[in-house]
Amino acid sequence: MLISITDLRKTYRMGSVEVRALDGVDLEVEAGDYLAVMGPSGSGKSTLMNLIGCLDTPTSGEYVLNGQAVSGLDDGELAHIRNREIGFVFQTFNLLSRATALANVELPLIYARLPASKRRRLALDALERVGLGDRVHHQPNELSGGQRQRVAVARALVNRPSILLADEPTGNLDSRTSEEIMALFDDLNASGNTIVLVTHEEDIAAHADRTVRLLDGRVVSDQRGGARRGRS
Amino acid sequence: MIWDNFRIALQAIRANKLRSLLTMLGIIIGVAAVIAVVSIVQGLDHVIATQFEGVGVTYIMVLPRQDLQDPDLAGREVTLTYDDGLAIMEQAAGLELFNPVFYRGEQTRSGDRRHPTMLLGIGPSHQEVSNHWVDRGRFFSDLELHRAARVALVGRKVVEELELDEPVLGTDLIVGASSFTIIGIMEYKGEMFGQNQDDFVLIPITTARDIYGVDAVKQLRLDFKASSAESVDLAKDQIKEVLRRRHRIAEGTKDDFQVLLQEELLERIGAILGTVTSVVGGVVSIALLVGGIGIMNIMLVSVTERTREIGVRKAVGARKGDILVQFLTEAVTISLVGGLIGIVGGWGLGILGAKAIPGFPPAHVPLWAIGLAFGFAAMVGVFFGTYPAAKAAGLDPIEALRYE
Ligand SMILES: Nc1ncnc2c1ncn2[C@@H]1O[C@H](COP(=O)(O)OP(=O)(O)OP(=O)(O)O)[C@@H](O)[C@H]1O
Ligand SMILES: [Mg+2]
Repeated sequence: MLISITDLRKTYRMGSVEVRALDGVDLEVEAGDYLAVMGPSGSGKSTLMNLIGCLDTPTSGEYVLNGQAVSGLDDGELAHIRNREIGFVFQTFNLLSRATALANVELPLIYARLPASKRRRLALDALERVGLGDRVHHQPNELSGGQRQRVAVARALVNRPSILLADEPTGNLDSRTSEEIMALFDDLNASGNTIVLVTHEEDIAAHADRTVRLLDGRVVSDQRGGARRGRS
Repeated sequence: MIWDNFRIALQAIRANKLRSLLTMLGIIIGVAAVIAVVSIVQGLDHVIATQFEGVGVTYIMVLPRQDLQDPDLAGREVTLTYDDGLAIMEQAAGLELFNPVFYRGEQTRSGDRRHPTMLLGIGPSHQEVSNHWVDRGRFFSDLELHRAARVALVGRKVVEELELDEPVLGTDLIVGASSFTIIGIMEYKGEMFGQNQDDFVLIPITTARDIYGVDAVKQLRLDFKASSAESVDLAKDQIKEVLRRRHRIAEGTKDDFQVLLQEELLERIGAILGTVTSVVGGVVSIALLVGGIGIMNIMLVSVTERTREIGVRKAVGARKGDILVQFLTEAVTISLVGGLIGIVGGWGLGILGAKAIPGFPPAHVPLWAIGLAFGFAAMVGVFFGTYPAAKAAGLDPIEALRYE
C-alpha cells in the first residue's frame, strides 16, 4: 500500500469556534492508482491533499506513506519527503515568476542537491515529457495558462516521486486546455505514476479510475471503475 | 548550492535596482568613508616615516617653554642659552653633538624680489645633528664662525622665490637689514604636511648674535645628537636634570623648557592620526548601523513580498536551512555589493582629497583596508540579515502558499 490513512483529523480553532476540516478520514491508495477526490466547497479536499503532500500536519490520526509513518516527523524529514516522494500541482500553478520554465523545473533538484548538469538534463527531460521542449527558456508570464500548468506538472514529475498530487489542476483553465492537461495526467498514469487529484467537475473526475467523495470532512463514498474514458 | 543562492540574490538585486541601491547607501557611505580616510592617513604615514628616517631617532630637540597661563612660569624670564647647551654636553651622558639654533622670521631681498623666510643662526655641527647637508657650495668655516662673517646658506625655496641667478653661490642676499654672501645651497627636503621644508636661510650663530644682540640669543633652540638610539631616554632625563639645576627650578615646579624626542614627535603625530581615525571610525559605525538597519528593513519587505515563493520552495523540498541560507546570502550580497561600490568611491575620494590639499602626499589604499571593509560589510549583512532570514525560514509552508 502506497498510502494508508486512518482516522485522520484536522481541526482549526477560530476563537471559540472549532472547524473540523477533516473529521476522521480513512483512505488507502495503491501504487498506480488514479484517484479523483470530489466534494462540495469546504468539504476538506484541499486540507486532505495538503496533509497527504506533507505540507501540513494533522491534528490526530495515522498517515503512512510508502511504509513510513509521517505523523511525528520533524521539519527536515518532511521537507525530504516533499522533495523525494511527492509532486504537487496547484490550481494557481505557483511557479517562480522571475525564473524560466527550466529553472522552475530544476527547483526540486536543487534541494535534492543534484549537480547542475544532471539537474539540467532531468529538467529538460521532464519539460519534453509535458510537451514544452521548445519553451524551456520562457518565463511564466511568457506562457499561456495551460503551458504554465504543464511546467508545474513537469516540476512535480522531475524528481520521479511516488505520488502526484493535484489540487484542482484545471480550476484556472478553460475546458479545452483542461482536457489537454487531463490527457497528460492520463498518460502519466498509464506509464505508472500514482495520481490523486481534486476536482469539482464530473467530467474531469471521469478520467480517474476511482472517485472518493468528501462531505464535511468525512469520506462519504469511494467508487472504483470510473466512467472512463477515451484513452488510447 | 551557494552559487545558486548567489545567483538568486543578484537576480533579486537586479529586479529592484533603485531599491537595492538606496538600501546599500548606508554601507556605501560607511565603507567609502573608511577607505577615503585610510587612504589619506596611510599616504601621510608613509611620508612621515620617510621624512623622520632622514633625521634619525638620535635627534633631540630642547625648546624654551613659555606659557603665560602657567603660574609657575608667569613673570619669569624664560631663557635657553648657548651656555646651557655647553653645560648639558659636559654633564649629561649619552650625547655626541650639540647645535644651538637661533630662529627668527625675516624678510629676504635680492634686487627687487622679496621673500619672507625663516632665519636660523646655527653652530658648526648643524649638518651632523639635523642630518641635513650642503648640496652645492660649502658650509661656513670655523674662522667665519669666529669672526661672525656675513655668510649664508640657503634652502631651495629661497632660491626660487628670489629668482636668484646662476651661479647662486657668491651672490649677495639681504636678510633683514644686513647683507650676506651666499656660500652654499642646502639639500632639497620637499614638503611635509603642506609645509615647505626648504624655506630658510642659515647663518653662523655668532653672526646672529652680532646683528640681533646678546639678548636675542638668550632664547635658543638646542639640538643634540645622542650617541645611540638606546641612550636617548637617559640623555633626556639628564638634560632635564642639568637644565632644572641651572635654571634653579624648585622641586614640584614645572620645567621652563621642553625636551622633544624624534620618537615622541612620531608618537604625537601618530596619536593625532589615531584620533582622526577613531572619529571617522565612529561616523562609520553609525553609517554601517544605519546601513544594516536598512538591509534588515528591505529584507523583511523582501521576505513578505516573496512569501509565496518561500512556500513554493518549501513545497518542493526546501529545508529551513536552505531558506535561511538563501536570504542570508541575499543580505550579505547586498552589503558586499554596497561595500564594493564604497571601496571604489572611497578610493576615488581619497585620491581627489589628497590632490585637493596642496602639498599633500598621494593617497594609498593598503590591501588590509579593502579586506577590512569587505569583512565589515559582510558582517553587517550577516548580522542584520539573520532575523529576516530566520523569519523566512520559519514560515509554515501551507500558510506561505496561501499568502496573497
Ligand atoms: N487555515 C485555516 N484556518 C481555518 N479554517 C480553515 C483553514 N483552512 C481551511 N479551513 C476550513 O476547513 C474547511 C475545509 O477547507 P478546504 O480548503 O479543505 O476545503 P475544500 O474542500 O478544498 O474547498 P474548495 O472546494 O472551496 O477548495 C473549510 O471550512 C475551511 O473554512
Ligand atoms: Mg480547495
